[in-house]
Amino acid sequence: MPQIAVSDLTKTYRVAVRQPGLFGAMRGLFVRQHREIQALAGVTFSLQEGELIGMIGPNGAGKSTLIKILCGILEPTSGACVIDGRVPGRERIAHVARIGVVFGQRTQLWWDLPVIDSFELLRDIYRVPELQFRATLDQLVAMLKIGAILDQPVRQLSLGQRMRCDIAAALLHSPSILFLDEPTIGLDAVSKLALRDFIKTLNREQKVTVILATHDMHDIEALAERVVIIAHGRILRDGPIEAMRQETVGERRLIIDFADDIIEMVAIPDGTVVLSRDRRRLKLGFDPRVTPVHTLIGHMAALQSIRDLAIEEPTIEELIARFYTSHGAVEA
Amino acid sequence: MPLPSAVQPFISVFAARFLMTLQYRSAAFAGLVTQFWWGAIMTMWLATFYAGGRGNPSVTLADVISYIWLGQAFLALLPWNVDPEIAAMIRSGHIAYERLRPVDTYLFWLARAAAWRAAATLLRAVPLIATAALLLPIIGLGDWALRPPPTILSLVAFLLSGMAMLALSAAVTTLLNISVVWTISGQGIVALTTSLVLVLSGQIVPLALFPDWAQTALLVQPLAGLADIPRRIYCGNLTGAWVPITIGLQIFWSLVFVWVGRAFMERTMRRIQVLGG
Amino acid sequence: MNDFRLFACYAAVSVRAQMQYPASVLMLILGQFLTTAIEFAGVWVLFDRFQVLGSWKLAQVALFYGTVNSAFALAETISRGFDVFGPQFVRTGDFDRLLLRPRSTALQLLGYELRLTRIGRLLQGLAVMAVAIGLLDLTWDAGRIVLLIAAILGGIALFVGLLVLQATLAFWTVESLEVANTLTHGGVQTAQYPLDIYAPWLRNVFTFVVPLACVAYFPIVGVLGIDEPNGVPRWFLLASPLAGPLFLVGSLSVWRFGVRHYTSTGG
Repeated sequence: MPQIAVSDLTKTYRVAVRQPGLFGAMRGLFVRQHREIQALAGVTFSLQEGELIGMIGPNGAGKSTLIKILCGILEPTSGACVIDGRVPGRERIAHVARIGVVFGQRTQLWWDLPVIDSFELLRDIYRVPELQFRATLDQLVAMLKIGAILDQPVRQLSLGQRMRCDIAAALLHSPSILFLDEPTIGLDAVSKLALRDFIKTLNREQKVTVILATHDMHDIEALAERVVIIAHGRILRDGPIEAMRQETVGERRLIIDFADDIIEMVAIPDGTVVLSRDRRRLKLGFDPRVTPVHTLIGHMAALQSIRDLAIEEPTIEELIARFYTSHGAVEA
Repeated sequence: MPLPSAVQPFISVFAARFLMTLQYRSAAFAGLVTQFWWGAIMTMWLATFYAGGRGNPSVTLADVISYIWLGQAFLALLPWNVDPEIAAMIRSGHIAYERLRPVDTYLFWLARAAAWRAAATLLRAVPLIATAALLLPIIGLGDWALRPPPTILSLVAFLLSGMAMLALSAAVTTLLNISVVWTISGQGIVALTTSLVLVLSGQIVPLALFPDWAQTALLVQPLAGLADIPRRIYCGNLTGAWVPITIGLQIFWSLVFVWVGRAFMERTMRRIQVLGG
Repeated sequence: MNDFRLFACYAAVSVRAQMQYPASVLMLILGQFLTTAIEFAGVWVLFDRFQVLGSWKLAQVALFYGTVNSAFALAETISRGFDVFGPQFVRTGDFDRLLLRPRSTALQLLGYELRLTRIGRLLQGLAVMAVAIGLLDLTWDAGRIVLLIAAILGGIALFVGLLVLQATLAFWTVESLEVANTLTHGGVQTAQYPLDIYAPWLRNVFTFVVPLACVAYFPIVGVLGIDEPNGVPRWFLLASPLAGPLFLVGSLSVWRFGVRHYTSTGG
């Protein structure tokens, strides 16, 4: 029995259309024209308890719409969404009591208050028993290293500190599902790594289901075993990252820095293609199943003396960008 | 004919502020309804007071009703609040840039205050006067309407007094704007001034209805020119020699406030530099 | 942690936040006290000259005045969240965060900020009431006191209801409609004087549409112990404050409808 079961979810928005020009504005006073935007065009997937998935998609893909429906703060136009046996929109209070949500760009903490005051107010709002609250808080403070900043007003915190506190705030009531929307945006490298570590540990040890919506591919690669790609209100792909990586097993790139300028007509082996070429740098694309790496390097080394070389595989980012363009999600 | 270069900046800020305030049409309409309501309520209970037959008021009910409608029409002209732009400038620290402009800071603020008040007033005054003076008689409530001035002379005098009213209001407003820089004590000054303005301008109750023994003092005090004097001229309560005398009073007090404002501005600008903007 | 205790927690937090700037708060309270006190000074001046307003004397009018202002001040103190709802929650999308908490959104908005500065108007209202009670020659038995308190509580409920309705508008229009202020401030202006001095149609609007008369005029007439000039029966005078909470319940239904609209259209 999956914890989250979504089937055929659609969401259509009606947006008022402003007519251009003065005449249009006058008409607009009497007649309102509407345009329909389909944010979700039939989304189906399910999640087991304790899974950690990454959700990516270009802007306007329907990611935030889907997350809002899962959170219970938006009603779908049609389709079914059941989480922990409840329909989120119908039983809002029961549902949100069991989830935690972190929006990267907005804090849920009270701006002028010390962090601990916000935490205590949340404890009261979520009706967390005092002993349980203390235990959870101690744990979160240790894991997120926010002990020193508990007494500071939120407005004085750096972005990294605030984000850690927001995550703690979302977990104070021990939710079973954690939604993260762009949690690492704007963070420095050290903070990002620490945060990823934390999320991974949380998911592994506490079995908290995590849904991570992000543009940051490194987040996805570091954390998620399963990735859902959304574009144009549909799921383009839903599966393990490993599978995506496997698909590129036939794609490799060899970048060679030669010691001297490359000769005019460089003879490359069959099955390889020149991707780009500078005075001294050559980038070749090849399929290692057809042209083994050592064969290719040997061939190129025989042509001219090589100073440096590197082998690349397509990044997840590239794969996903290809996905978007091939499905018309973005301009190539 | 090109204006002297010293005056041009003031004209520009006047025009800019004017146009900007005119943009907030929907808020203005809503405020209009509120003000019309207040005017209606006030006329009703003043009429009830008059109906009691006591008190020997020196002005007629008809005049008081006109007075009330004028009061609502020109409410935005009363210096009872601080320019939100200035308040925002202080919060953000941009106030320090005021000194960078190659114009006299006080006169610049004065022009800005005048523009703000004038623009806000125009938006309310025209529809309110139209409703109170034209619509009410049409639907049969002529007794509750704004009457026209008794003579052309009264109208002309009213317009002159109105301009003096704008000058006085701008001067007091500028003083308030300057006070806000002083934060806590400034808030106190504003709070006190607001209350005094509302009472002594005749906005809450026409000054003529105050106790008889206070009449002379009330007429002479600086804030009478903010509302009471122009309205009395309009209704024809002040005629003949009283007109130049009272308009003269308005101008006199305007100059006093300008003089005080300038002195205050100097000290305040020094404080801004101390605060670091 | 039930709703009342949560509200108390919110209130404590809000007070603490405001008391970080005690001088400023005091100054604002003083300012508001002066401004509202000045308005009543105007009433006093008129009574000094005219002696009576219709059939009413200053002391009686003062009781109407003080009661309505006190009720409104208390309503304003707790309803800041609804007051700023449009710009602060709908336009910014912060309302989503309220929906993500397992509590009623109305309760969260009531707890948003306990506006201490409104104490200025409250002090004025109470002072005017004190003056009225001092000048009136009444014996204060339990019935009278209960009716007066009921009028104030009913008034608070009514004004909060009006502010809830005003906030609900924000679900549909991005513009902040100041017309709603006509009902609240205009309502206070109207109801602080005995309603029988107004035209009958106005009285009816304020009895049946926005029942201001039921939380001000009728119960205070009952407190004063006189016969209502238009012959309204005594039982009605005693029961009328109930209109306040009933109005509030109605407003909250409209509010819930607004929330449903928000969640179905995505705000």
